[in-house]
Amino acid sequence: MSEQLTFTYSIDGDDFTRAGEASSSVKNKLKMLGVSSEAIRKVAIAMYEGEINMVIHADGGTIDVSVSDDDITMVLADKGPGIPDIDKAMQEGYSTAREEVRSLGFGAGMGLPNMKRFTDEMQIDTVLGEGTTITMKVHL
Amino acid sequence: MTIREMQQVLDARFLYGEELADLDAQFVFSADMMSDVLAYCGKCSVLITGLCNPQVVRTAEMLDIVCIIFVRGKLPDENMLALARGKSIAVLATEHYMFTACGILYENGLRGGA
Ligand SMILES: Nc1ncnc2c1ncn2[C@@H]1O[C@H](COP(=O)(O)OP(=O)(O)O)[C@@H](O)[C@H]1O
Ligand SMILES: [Mg+2]
Repeated sequence: MSEQLTFTYSIDGDDFTRAGEASSSVKNKLKMLGVSSEAIRKVAIAMYEGEINMVIHADGGTIDVSVSDDDITMVLADKGPGIPDIDKAMQEGYSTAREEVRSLGFGAGMGLPNMKRFTDEMQIDTVLGEGTTITMKVHL
Repeated sequence: MTIREMQQVLDARFLYGEELADLDAQFVFSADMMSDVLAYCGKCSVLITGLCNPQVVRTAEMLDIVCIIFVRGKLPDENMLALARGKSIAVLATEHYMFTACGILYENGLRGGA
């Protein structure tokens, strides 16, 4: 593919049961494009954690995924509360999630560390009270 | 060990995926926190969990898991089973607690894969 392909998703912040649909769709699309299963796995895990975060911490947002010859770029943008202390948020086990979220299997403070672990590049841009944009790349 | 053999040693029921019963698995991961599964599941293709909500199936999907085993008699609802059908993920339910279910599978030669 010499053309760059982009997929855009709008994430509903109210519906935890539907969180992950966008990541699922991207996984299928990358499979059809013939992307390696190793890269697909990294993208799926990182995007899914990011998608869950948008639902549990930021009331939804949008995700753009673009595929080029060299990499897959995911941009997750929300208009949530922002992240006050990125270093703290990146620590394994740090979470501000409510008990209710924990009982659903998330909120163990592993999401951001997982996103970092499974991608080759990750950048967090956040403004308190305005929102957060997380850009992640997986090299092909 | 095939999914059929796991079903038998665990006295489990197939909630979906009898047609997948011949699939073979070697490595198993068990957890109730889905982020732990995403982080450490590695090459595991079977997930044992006591958590029961649609995100369990989503997590399994992201990791290409072929079989989810619900312990403690947890029963997924129709929405979850529909998700599993759509992704061809077999779903078993056993009355055993997590520790016992893991122990039985370990005794039968399955291992953790991370
Ligand atoms: N999109 C976001 N908007 C606002 N805060 C966020 C966002 N993503 C993560 N955070 C903050 O960073 C913390 C750590 O995130 P994460 O590692 O995914 O753990 P968890 O989601 O389990 O709490 C969260 O508890 C939350 O305080
Ligand atoms: Mg998270």
